[in-house]
Amino acid sequence: MNNRGWLALLLGVILSTAAASAWSDDFTTLATQLKSRDFNTKQQTIEALAKINDPRVLTIFKAMMGGQLFYNEDNSQPYLESEKNGERQFTSVLTGKQAEGMDPFSFHRVVVNNYLRGILRDHLAGLELSSPDEGLRLKAARQMLDDPEPDDMPRIGKALERETSPKVHRVLVLAQDLIRLQKDDSAVRLAAIAGLEGQLEPDVKDALVQLVGPDGKGGSEKDPKVRAAAWSALQGINTRLWWNGIFQNVYFGVSLGAVLLLAAVGLAITFGVMGVINMAHGEMIMLGAYTTYMVQQIWPGLIEYSVFIAIPLAFCVSGLVGVLLERLVIRHLYGRPLETLLATFGVSLALQQAVRTIFSPLNRSVITPDWMSGSFAVNGALSLTWNRLYIIIFALLVLLVLSVVLRKTQFGLQMRAVTQNRRMANSMGIRAGWVDALTFGLGSGIAGIAGVALSQLTNVGPNLGQDYIVDSFMVVVFGGVGNLMGTFFGAMTLGIANKLLEPFSGAVLAKIVVLVFIILFIQKRPRGLFALKGRAIED
Amino acid sequence: MAQGTVSTRGQGPLTRLLMQDRGGRRLMILLALVTIIVPILNQAVPAGSLFHVSSYSMTLLGKYLCYALLALAVDLIWGYCGILSLGHGAFFALGGYAMGMYLMRQIGDRGVYGNPLLPDFMVFLNWHSLPWYWHGFNLFPFAMLMVLVAPAILAFVFGWLAFRSRVTGVYLSIITQALTYALMLAFFRNEMGFGGNNGLTDFKDILGFDLQSDSTRAGLFVASGVALILAYLLCRCIVGSRLGRAMVAVRDTESRTRFLGYRVEHIKLFTFTLSAMLAGVAGALYVPQIGIINPSEFSPINSIEIIIWVAVGGRGTLFGAIIGAILVNYAKTWFTGAFPELWLFFLGGLFVVTTLFLPKGVVGLAQQITDRIRERRAQNQNPPSAGSADIQGVDAPAGNDSTVGDRA
Repeated sequence: MNNRGWLALLLGVILSTAAASAWSDDFTTLATQLKSRDFNTKQQTIEALAKINDPRVLTIFKAMMGGQLFYNEDNSQPYLESEKNGERQFTSVLTGKQAEGMDPFSFHRVVVNNYLRGILRDHLAGLELSSPDEGLRLKAARQMLDDPEPDDMPRIGKALERETSPKVHRVLVLAQDLIRLQKDDSAVRLAAIAGLEGQLEPDVKDALVQLVGPDGKGGSEKDPKVRAAAWSALQGINTRLWWNGIFQNVYFGVSLGAVLLLAAVGLAITFGVMGVINMAHGEMIMLGAYTTYMVQQIWPGLIEYSVFIAIPLAFCVSGLVGVLLERLVIRHLYGRPLETLLATFGVSLALQQAVRTIFSPLNRSVITPDWMSGSFAVNGALSLTWNRLYIIIFALLVLLVLSVVLRKTQFGLQMRAVTQNRRMANSMGIRAGWVDALTFGLGSGIAGIAGVALSQLTNVGPNLGQDYIVDSFMVVVFGGVGNLMGTFFGAMTLGIANKLLEPFSGAVLAKIVVLVFIILFIQKRPRGLFALKGRAIED
Repeated sequence: MAQGTVSTRGQGPLTRLLMQDRGGRRLMILLALVTIIVPILNQAVPAGSLFHVSSYSMTLLGKYLCYALLALAVDLIWGYCGILSLGHGAFFALGGYAMGMYLMRQIGDRGVYGNPLLPDFMVFLNWHSLPWYWHGFNLFPFAMLMVLVAPAILAFVFGWLAFRSRVTGVYLSIITQALTYALMLAFFRNEMGFGGNNGLTDFKDILGFDLQSDSTRAGLFVASGVALILAYLLCRCIVGSRLGRAMVAVRDTESRTRFLGYRVEHIKLFTFTLSAMLAGVAGALYVPQIGIINPSEFSPINSIEIIIWVAVGGRGTLFGAIIGAILVNYAKTWFTGAFPELWLFFLGGLFVVTTLFLPKGVVGLAQQITDRIRERRAQNQNPPSAGSADIQGVDAPAGNDSTVGDRA
């Protein structure tokens, strides 16, 4: 590459002087000359085209690289080949119009060889660097970072003068420094290393490792001063990368915690407040996820907003099933937690099978809206995905709304009254039966909302609920029963602990370690992290 | 195993025990007959005959007997000690793995890779030596010892931690579930050295007898039947003893029992460990008949299914658990064959109906009906106070009342 680059530059210099005199013509004339069968002529044409400031040059070069540039044997003009519905189509480069009524056999490909491709690639990089599109410029600059060539130096210098975007500017400077690392003058190298300090792009680290080796003991660098500088820069980068890794794991942990929080907060109500072991809780989550799927099936045009439609719908669907479950089954089993466990487990089996029968046992795919996909870069080595951030925000929002409902509304008041003293609440005119049903519905409805969120992260299938039921119970038991704050801390602790362990032990072992930890923790504090105080909780 | 203990005690107390236990007595006689007759019908009666029992049916029945033993173990701990363990599948699977390891070692160099020492999956994983915990499993007595010891150690350590810090009721149920879930995840890992996802399979023979032959299958069937009967007698002995009455006391009012001076933790720990060992034996008998053991045996749903066998049969009756296990599993075989779609609906419905309407299970229902008939008769002949006299102390299951201690 390096050799060919030099050669191309040399040829470019010679030919551009020739081109300036011989082909001082415009784009059209040059473009028609591409049909030549002679590679030398083609090369000269390419060099000449690169000099012209015309956006169409970029199109032509790209098409040539991809073998999609054709010329017509009748009018010699260049055309772009494309395929639509299995048919080849040709669009004129000069006019931008589609060729009609022309014999498809009169088009011939503009053939390029590897040597020409090398030249084209160099020119493309230069052209992209001066493109008005910032994204394209950034991409070109990153390409230079990946493969720093001394030939690029003047191009980068020129680009730096023009560059207005700080993002592209930074990457270009980095590329410049990387090229300087290859220079013979050790003062230049030292200056370059100073510029590279604290930069987290993988290319920078690779270049430094090449100089001094991963442990500071190998590498190609001879000058001890430069070595020392490079080693300290490398160490600085490594430290920052380590912190980055920790931060990333914590972020993953918090987002896992948010998922656990969403899954468990409904359980915290049904189990924590009402003392009902709802093994069908996972299936309420599953119902919410399937509601999202149905919403996307019914209104395929509203994919972008499907989540917002699905949230209230999922709340209603799961909540309704919850109310029914409470009225038909659980009502008869109050005060017998082990029996509710069995009965609701039976319900969960039936619900799973129902979903299998209706939707098929296979996983359904739920589309993630555009605004939720993608990621944002924090620095050169770390980028965070949007959907996790949204889940975290959403989980906190749900927790907030729920605690407001429990503390500030009439319904919340009645609910607390019924849990604290059922008979007294009854005699004060609260219909305890209905409060029970609604509380259970609330817990189940929130599970449904969790299902909407989960549908954006994992596969939607009949087993979705089962995967979360054990974890949810762990969160509630760990955090302490009957306490939203406990659920929050429980979920976050377990999520973060899980993700921090993962790099050392692998995902499965991390999960096992966390489970064993909880089992041991329960021995020490049988009532969880935030235990309710007082006599009410003793048998 | 338990053979010596029961028979050397002499017939006196045992017959007395069984005389009080009408349902159990009948069931044991029936089981003994089945254990004797089925292998004869399989071995001696020609295949074309109407009375021939196919090897398939016999193995199926043998599987039910293993499940019944497992259900018995769960009934001992849940029905009499009030501990709802959602992790008994783990002990069953551990026993099964211990047996599976013995059977794996018996394959010797007949495996796909022909390695005389290492099982196939280890060769496949490119391991060069046997992990330390696989040593000794080529000896049948050692493997049988591990069938009992491995579940017992787990149950003892877990129970010691849990009962000492007074984790009770729902909390205990949930952490037992976590226990079996964690074990499932662990056994799925190839690094554990138990065959990972695929588990242990492709067994060839046991004690030199070919596992595929009908006579070996008949032998395993007899072993399962005998083990079940012996385990039943052992459980009946324990339940009828002073210890058994203390267990029931723990179940009904734990704090009061403690205040009376009983070491509640010790009682629970003993029962839990014994129950785990019985479950391990069930697993060990199950594996050679089915021919495979894999980590899915640890899955929480399996453990919960055991609970429903006991609940359907009648909790706290011992023989009810056996009836329940056989009934539910027969239904499972029939449903998954005839209407595979409907099986989970049926099972789910069974959970709900049993807890709502049959708190004492099938056995309780039968007793209710006979009681009512007897009451009618008694009323017809001479008015009040006849009916309740012949309900036995041990047999009066406390279905509902039992959960007093669990109230949160």
